[in-house]
Amino acid sequence: MSRRRRAVGVERFEPAPLDAPLLEVEDLHTHFRTGRGVARAVDGVSFSLERGRTLGVVGESGSGKTVLARSIMGLLPKSNVERTGSIKFEGREVIGATPDDLRELWGSQISMVFQDPMTSLNPVMKIGKQITEMLLQHLDISKDYARELALSLLESVGIPEADRRLKEYPHQMSGGMRQRIMIAIAIACGPKLLFADEPTTALDVTVQAQILDLLQAQQRERFMAMILVTHDLGVVAGRTDEIAVMYAGRVVEKAPTKVLFSELRHPYTEALLRSIPKLGAPSHTRLAAIGGRPPDIVNPPAGCKFSPRCPYARERCLEEEPPLIDTATPGHEFRCWIPVGTPENREALEANRAAGAPSALAVVGEGNGMGTAAAPSAPTPHTRSGSIDTKGGA
Amino acid sequence: MAGHGTAHLRPADEVLLRVESLVVEFPVGRTGLTVHAVSDVSIDVKPGETLGLVGESGCGKSTTGRAVMQLVRPKGGSVTFDGHDLTQLKGEELRETRPKLQMIFQDPISSLNPRRRIRDIVREGLDIWKIGDDAARNAKVTEVLETVGIDPEAAGPRRPHEFSGGQCQRISIARAVATEPKLIICDEPVSALDVSVQAQILNLLQEMKQRYGLTLIFIAHDLAVVKNVSDRVAVMYLGKICEVSGPDELYAQPAHPYTAALLLAIPVPDPTVRPAERSGVGGEIPSPVAPPSGCRFRTRCLKATDRCAQEEPEIREVRPDHFVACHFPMEPGETLAAPAPTAGNGSHPDI
Repeated sequence: MSRRRRAVGVERFEPAPLDAPLLEVEDLHTHFRTGRGVARAVDGVSFSLERGRTLGVVGESGSGKTVLARSIMGLLPKSNVERTGSIKFEGREVIGATPDDLRELWGSQISMVFQDPMTSLNPVMKIGKQITEMLLQHLDISKDYARELALSLLESVGIPEADRRLKEYPHQMSGGMRQRIMIAIAIACGPKLLFADEPTTALDVTVQAQILDLLQAQQRERFMAMILVTHDLGVVAGRTDEIAVMYAGRVVEKAPTKVLFSELRHPYTEALLRSIPKLGAPSHTRLAAIGGRPPDIVNPPAGCKFSPRCPYARERCLEEEPPLIDTATPGHEFRCWIPVGTPENREALEANRAAGAPSALAVVGEGNGMGTAAAPSAPTPHTRSGSIDTKGGA
Repeated sequence: MAGHGTAHLRPADEVLLRVESLVVEFPVGRTGLTVHAVSDVSIDVKPGETLGLVGESGCGKSTTGRAVMQLVRPKGGSVTFDGHDLTQLKGEELRETRPKLQMIFQDPISSLNPRRRIRDIVREGLDIWKIGDDAARNAKVTEVLETVGIDPEAAGPRRPHEFSGGQCQRISIARAVATEPKLIICDEPVSALDVSVQAQILNLLQEMKQRYGLTLIFIAHDLAVVKNVSDRVAVMYLGKICEVSGPDELYAQPAHPYTAALLLAIPVPDPTVRPAERSGVGGEIPSPVAPPSGCRFRTRCLKATDRCAQEEPEIREVRPDHFVACHFPMEPGETLAAPAPTAGNGSHPDI
C-alpha cells in the first residue's frame, strides 16, 4: 500500500474521546434476501462495549451470533444483504463506510480470529510472510523490523522456536498452534477490538483451555476489547465481563457475567445451561435437552420466538413479543413475559405440565432453574423418558 | 502412559469384545518412518455396556475404533468379537461380521450419501443382507426412523441436505441400528453438534441402547459427555491406555495425572471459577512418529521423574476395578499442582 493512501487513512482517524464506548451498536438489522423470503439473521440488536472489556455472545447455530460479528466487521456479501441501524466504532459510523475506510479499520483497529484456523490461513504462504504482510500493510516499517515484530509476536502467543516456525507452512503445525498463529496475526497491529468467532470449537479440550487463556492474557495486556462468540456457556463463564444470549437474531438476555449465571431470567438461557452435561452429575443422568429446533428465521413464529420450545410459554407468549425488560440489576435485561424465578413462572410450568405440553414435561426436577442450573454439582434426578420426576418442589 | 498390560481385562467368557495388545502403525510416505498410532492397547466390552474412549486428538482413539472394525488392519494383537478373532478373518468371512458391527461417525452430513433418499439410506443394510421380505424391510425402516424421532412419511423421500446436523445424526443412528447390530462404535458422534442438540442425541443413544439392547464403544474428547453415557471409561494418550475405571470413580478420583489434567481443562459454566487457575496440562501431544521413551505422557506430566523416561509403566489395579498405567498414581484427594501462572502473556512457556 502506498504511503499516500496510508496518510489519507491516518487523517480519517480523529482521536476519539477515551471515555466514550469503543463500540456502539444501535438497533442493528441484517436481513438476507433469499429465494424463500427475507431471512432476519440479526433482528434489532443493540449493545455498547467499553474499551478493554469482553462481551460473550452465546447461542445455538443459526441464532445469528456469527452474522452479528460479521455485520459489525462489515464482512458480509455485497448482494442480497440489507444492513440497517447504526454501528459506531469510536464514534464513527461503520455502516455505509467505503471499502477504503474499512481497509483502514480491519487489522489495525478491529480484527478477527475465526473458528477454523486451517482454512483461515493461506496454505501456500509461509507463516512469517502471513504475519509480516499485515504489519507492512498497516504500519510504516521496514521489512526487517516487521520480521522482528513477527518473531516477538509468535513468542508472545507461546510458540516455541519461533524463528524456525516463521519459515514453516500452516500444514506443518497442529490445530492449536495454527490458532495461536491466527491470534498473532489478529493482534499484530494492536487492534482496539478483537472478534473471536468460536475460536476453540475445532480444538481439543486441553488446547481449548490454553487458547482461551492466551486470548484473555493478550486482551488484558493490550487493553483490547473482545467479543467472544461461542455456543458453549462454559467457555464464556469465567472469561467475559458481560454476556449476551442470542436467539433467532435477537438478544434475549444480556447481563454482567456473574449476574447472568446467578440471576438468569430467560428460559432459553436456563435451557442452554441445563443442556450442558455436568461433570458433577452421576453417569447416565438424563440430559435436559431443549426440544425442537431454532425457529425458521424466514417465517418466525408470532410472539416470543422461543415460545414453541419454552416450557413456561402461555397464551400471551404465543401472541405478543416481549420487549427487552430491565431488571433491578444495572445492565441486566431480558425478553420474557414469564421470567424464570417468578411465581408466575412456576405456575406456568405447572399449568403446562397439567396440559401435557411436551416441553414442560421434559423439565426435570426443580421447576425454577434459578441457581440450580448454575451449580454444576447439583445432581439432577435420574429419569427415563416417559416417567417424570417431580420432586424438588416443582 | 505407557500403559501396556492386560490387568484390566475381564474374563473372556464375560465380554462381547476383547481387544488384546492392539498395534496399528502407518508408514510416513517413503521416509521409512512410522506413525505409532496405537501401541499395545487392550480393551474389552461386556454385552450391554458402554465403553467410553477418551483422549485428545491424535491419541489413537479413532484408530482403535476403526481397527476394531478392521477398517484399518492392525499390525499386531487380536480383536475377539463374539468368539471370532476378526484379525484372522478375510473376505466373505469378515464381511459376514459387518451387520453385527456398526459405526456412527462424527460428521453426520458427510457420512450420509447426499444423492440418496433417507429411506434408501436406512434400508441399504437390510437389502444387502436380505433381511426379511420387502414388507418387513419397509416396516423396519419405518420403525427405526420413528424411534429416532424422524417422521418416516415426511422424511423418507427426502435427501440428507434437507436436514440439520442433529437430524442427520438421528438418521445415522437409525441406519446403524437397522441391521440389529450387537456392537456400535460411535466415533465422536456429538462433537459437531450444538450443546442443545448434543443433549438430544446423547439422550437418544441412551434410549436406543435400552430399546435394542446395544453395546456401545463411545469415542469422544469431551469428558463430560463420556461420563454421561459410559459404564466404563478408558483414557488414551498417544496410542496407549492410561487409565480404565467406572465413570463415577474415574471422575471423582482420577489416578493418572493425565486424566486429572483433562478434567481440569473442561470449561465450567460457573463464573466464580477462575479458569486460569485450572489449566492442568501445558503443551501439546508429541508426535506419534517418535513417541517419548518410557511413559509417553512424561513430557507434559507434572509428576514425571527419571524413572518415567526409562521404564514404561504397566497397567495395574490401584483401587477395586480402577486400573492405571502410571509409576506415581495420584492418591484419593490429591490435586494436581497447577503450574505457576506465567507472568505476562500467560501462555505456557513449554509449548
